[in-house]
Amino acid sequence: MRPQRLLSCPRRILARNIFLNKRICNNRGFNIASQNNQTRMFQTTSQPLAEQEVKKEESHKEGPMFNKILIANRGEITCRVIKTCQRLGIKTVAVYTDADANSKHVRMADEAVYIGPSQVSESYLVADKILEAMKITGAQAVHPGYGFLSENADFARRVVQEGFIFIGPPASAIHAMGDKIESKIIATKAKVNTVPGFNGQVCDAQEAIKIAKDIGYPVMIKASAGGGGKGMRIAWSDEELTEGFRLSQDEALRNFNSNKMLIEKYIETPRHIEIQIICDNLGNMVYLPERECSIQRRNQKVIEESPSTAIDPDTRKAMGIQAIQLAKEVGYTSAGTVEMLIDAKKNFYFLEMNTRLQVEHPVTEYVTGIDLVEQMIRAAAGLPLSIKQEDVTLKGWATECRVYAEDPSKNFAPNVGQLETYVEPSDSHGNVRVDSGIVAGGEISVYYDPMISKLITFGKDRNESINRMIEALDTYQIHGVRHNIPLLRSILDQPVYRKGDISTNYISEHWPQGFKGIQLSEDEHFYLIAAAAVIEMMAARQAHLGHNLQKPSDKVYQVKLDDKEYSVDVSVESHGVVIAEVNNKKTIIMKPKYEVGSTIFKSVMNDKVNVTMQVVKRTTRSIKMTYQGTDFELKVSSPRNAELGKYMPYYAPPDTSKLVMAPMPGAIVSVAVKPGDKVTANQELVVMEAMKMQNVLKAKSDGVVKAVHVKSSDIVSDAQKLIEFE
Amino acid sequence: MLHRLCSRSLKLRQSRLFTTSVRMLEEQSKPASILPPPRVSPPERMRSLQKRIEEVKDQARLGGGQKRLDKQHEKGKLTARERIEVLLDENSFKEYDMFVEHRCNEFDMDKQVIPGDGVVTGHGTINGRLVFVFSQDFTVFGGSLSETHAQKICKIMDKAMLVGAPVIGINDSGGARIQEGVDSLAGYAEVFQRNVNASGVIPQISLIMGPCAGGAVYSPAMTDFIFMVNHTSYMFVTGPEVLKSVTREDVTSEELGGASTHTATSGVAHRMFENDMEILLETRRLFNFLPLSNQEEPPVTPSSDPRNRSEQSLNHVIPTDPNAPYDMHNVIRPIVDDGDFFEIMPGFAKNIITGYAKMEGKPVAIIANQPCELAGVLDINSSIKAARFVRFANAFNIPIITFVDVPGFLPGTAQEYGGIIRHGAKLLFAYAECTVPKITVITRKAYGGAYDVMSSKHLRGDYNYAWPTAEIAVMGPEGAVKIIKQGIAGETQKDRENSYRNKFATPLMAARRGFIDDVLEPSKTRERICDDLKTLKKKHLENPKKKLSNIPL
Repeated sequence: MRPQRLLSCPRRILARNIFLNKRICNNRGFNIASQNNQTRMFQTTSQPLAEQEVKKEESHKEGPMFNKILIANRGEITCRVIKTCQRLGIKTVAVYTDADANSKHVRMADEAVYIGPSQVSESYLVADKILEAMKITGAQAVHPGYGFLSENADFARRVVQEGFIFIGPPASAIHAMGDKIESKIIATKAKVNTVPGFNGQVCDAQEAIKIAKDIGYPVMIKASAGGGGKGMRIAWSDEELTEGFRLSQDEALRNFNSNKMLIEKYIETPRHIEIQIICDNLGNMVYLPERECSIQRRNQKVIEESPSTAIDPDTRKAMGIQAIQLAKEVGYTSAGTVEMLIDAKKNFYFLEMNTRLQVEHPVTEYVTGIDLVEQMIRAAAGLPLSIKQEDVTLKGWATECRVYAEDPSKNFAPNVGQLETYVEPSDSHGNVRVDSGIVAGGEISVYYDPMISKLITFGKDRNESINRMIEALDTYQIHGVRHNIPLLRSILDQPVYRKGDISTNYISEHWPQGFKGIQLSEDEHFYLIAAAAVIEMMAARQAHLGHNLQKPSDKVYQVKLDDKEYSVDVSVESHGVVIAEVNNKKTIIMKPKYEVGSTIFKSVMNDKVNVTMQVVKRTTRSIKMTYQGTDFELKVSSPRNAELGKYMPYYAPPDTSKLVMAPMPGAIVSVAVKPGDKVTANQELVVMEAMKMQNVLKAKSDGVVKAVHVKSSDIVSDAQKLIEFE
Repeated sequence: MLHRLCSRSLKLRQSRLFTTSVRMLEEQSKPASILPPPRVSPPERMRSLQKRIEEVKDQARLGGGQKRLDKQHEKGKLTARERIEVLLDENSFKEYDMFVEHRCNEFDMDKQVIPGDGVVTGHGTINGRLVFVFSQDFTVFGGSLSETHAQKICKIMDKAMLVGAPVIGINDSGGARIQEGVDSLAGYAEVFQRNVNASGVIPQISLIMGPCAGGAVYSPAMTDFIFMVNHTSYMFVTGPEVLKSVTREDVTSEELGGASTHTATSGVAHRMFENDMEILLETRRLFNFLPLSNQEEPPVTPSSDPRNRSEQSLNHVIPTDPNAPYDMHNVIRPIVDDGDFFEIMPGFAKNIITGYAKMEGKPVAIIANQPCELAGVLDINSSIKAARFVRFANAFNIPIITFVDVPGFLPGTAQEYGGIIRHGAKLLFAYAECTVPKITVITRKAYGGAYDVMSSKHLRGDYNYAWPTAEIAVMGPEGAVKIIKQGIAGETQKDRENSYRNKFATPLMAARRGFIDDVLEPSKTRERICDDLKTLKKKHLENPKKKLSNIPL
């Protein structure tokens, strides 16, 4: 342990800035408390004294809570925990790396400790550094969030040994549930239903094939220590099993430092349902309504909701009781989640238990009104839960979308970069919640998970919750990185999803060839085209500096979308009505709510359809708009300019067909070819690791390798040349 | 080839005129009838004259002939008239001098006459505001400048000065018309003189949309803005062929004087655009930021962007590490109306940002150090770039807003030998002589002489602000501590750096002296600037009377 390292420059600078801001704020009497949490810069003294005293009193009544908590995590979950701490009057300590030095969680916390380089293996995963940070800041307890050290039993044990409090279950429970094989054995003992499979670990592919033959294909290969879909693959044949086993084992080794694998029967069209439990140290245990997490991609959850359309009150109760049985068996405390698979006949099987706060916990918080982080802190402080089983009711329906920086139309390839524009949706009635760890100008870095935020909406029923989600997604402005909103938007819009007819295979069943972007209906197409022309007209009217009467009020525009040209006759009528006639046949009467220069365009179309679009960028020749989460580039010009525009030269981009370029920034794991090698199409060339996922880059066609520009363990940037063909 | 085509179209015209007159002759020589000798009735005469006029106009419109116009299109360029059409409001163009022809009779030039003589001139409107335009026609004698061609340009320039409206010149010319000799050169000089007279009176914009070589370059060079089209335009004093024979240097036109050369390396041009459409439409955009003349206020557009919009992202745009770079655009865009920023010279001396934006619909000139290029230092190029920009704003009543994050002047022999003293002084001079409203925001560093230069209070800054992250001092802590050796015994270098940092690396010391009017919460910057611009609306300040100041050129 090197305290010098922890005390090195950035932390001091931060402290200095905080100090300085405090001085200036005090001098100027800023009303700091009224700012929202993004203005953390000014929030050092943010807790108004009166409020702090109230909190102290409250906690005094019920015995001492904590003065200071360290959150051993980053991103949105750290921000989320800090919010509850702020409400409870508990001081917070964040930890950060080089890449995170300027991030939201660091700004939100009262103190921040620098814990080293950006790689998680040298920072967030190093228990020693976290413990040292607790010592120097005087934090009494640590909240591990999810991921990183949250399910590391050794860490939990050491925290306690060093005299601190771990806000989570006891190390023994983490250990027992952390290993999938062991947890299955315990579950069986606790009389919890389990999936048929092989109760033991598998060491190599040969053995895996043998077992698969026994229990029958399809089978699921899982890293015993895994989670979050990493190191997890489905195999339908011996070949797939061989390749999948190798890749999964590799990933497991890389991510969890363990190559223990297990195999079980893969249940087809299952639904993934989980039960949240919360327990205190005094033996009180409460289960909360289920969460439906069936919408997944690459075995990672994308859309979650609570409750589930598949669960009736009886099943809910049966699942809850089994979850509590399991918790009792391992002596569980704090928050935890029992994941189950449900088949079409409502049979449920124990999958695994997550001994931490789950990513999707907000849906449960919405429908129950319980702050799970608060309950975890209470439990850790030795206080009883503030709720009883009979208090738990369903108050409505909540939906959560995980917004990722990834390209859903390119097999969910992660996307990194700076968020040039980032505006979160909001709702004055509190029915929209955004849990994010990022702000405008922030960066989605290669080092960490590409999740941008969790968007959660609440409604009195499922439909209301989904409608709010669609509205929220339509106004969510994210530019600079690709994101999965088009996919989320498409799923929510589908009648099948609306009916609640979903399974974990939903995405692959609906888009067997992969998601290829949103398909607009004909009407929607016209709305988009008309909107672009109307925006152009409004802009032209605003730019016109001559006499008001000279402002254009009736104009024809040529709009080009996807190589198709449309002529749009826009005329401005009175009472804010604009009529757009597309191609002389389709007339759209619009009531646009739009101010030139603003980013949201809303309009009622033909008195019946409400449309929300985003105006991303307007240049002199084109408008970039976002509609249903998808970007569209429309060229809008006068018919004459469109005619003259045809003379403009086109410069072909350089030929890249003979090149293999890095699809994203990352590290090279291995290079399978050398100059002079003959390769056939689909042959493996390079394995790259980015965002903790391995990507195999394959040859697009047959050819001969001319040059190899990288070697294993090289760090490459986006679009860097890797291999050249002759 | 060029000449052949010209003469053919000429013959065409002559033959048409010829046949009319022959027919008239024939009619006259018919045998006597009872009618008096035939006469051309006045209306008929009128009609035939009108026909002749129309024929000349048609020919003028056709420029160098359809083939050459097509060739212009093949090169990805618009014709001289099409360019005007795109640039101006629909049907607003009024053309002058379509009938003007050259008067040269050397080298058989008298046999090749095209009405209009290679340049289209006139006036029209851009978004309803008056502008004078000339557009050189490459299809007529390669757009070369003759005595009469120059006279046409001079005419609209004189008109523009008379009524106080900007001039936009579209350059697409092979150079001087060699056949005319010194007449052509005289023509250039007439234009030059007018450029100089108009400078600071009306905005002058040059669009280089084809070749512009030799002496021709000096007319655009003296205008306020030069925009170029990528791949199809170039400017140089001496072309590659002469260069090769004289200095054996072998370069292409594109390398020597293409748009990227002039916007990134030489700093001759202010913006580069991808094609003809873009340059013309963007010029329209720029036009809405500029007043018609120095007697007028810049144009006000209605704005829906709330004046008190608080921008939270500004509160954390400055990195916690004082040496970490950040993009100053992320400071500018959130503050100005709708994030709309028209940058001038974005490719040259990137360590300083210059450009136009609007606040509450009123144009402002923005100058900002760019910490993510060369740490935002002032060097020779950035000083020159910003100085000229400041002077234009001052001349045309555009308020100046300066964002400061400057670690000082760039040290080194290259800079000293290059005359950083002389060039740095230009920026200082430009700021100091300004009489328009000046608002300054120090976002982070303001070190040394560069602090003074960047629109400081001491140079008559009207409102000077600092963000809490500002550090105003003679130099950074590390350097300063090495010079100020004294300290308490036993104090380490680090301790002394810290005490220096606490004392100077804050806005407090400057604020105590009143050099900073207030320390602003960054998110409130827009609101404050909008307020101040309103306060300063009637600002009146005059420099001492003099013939002119002697800026260190």
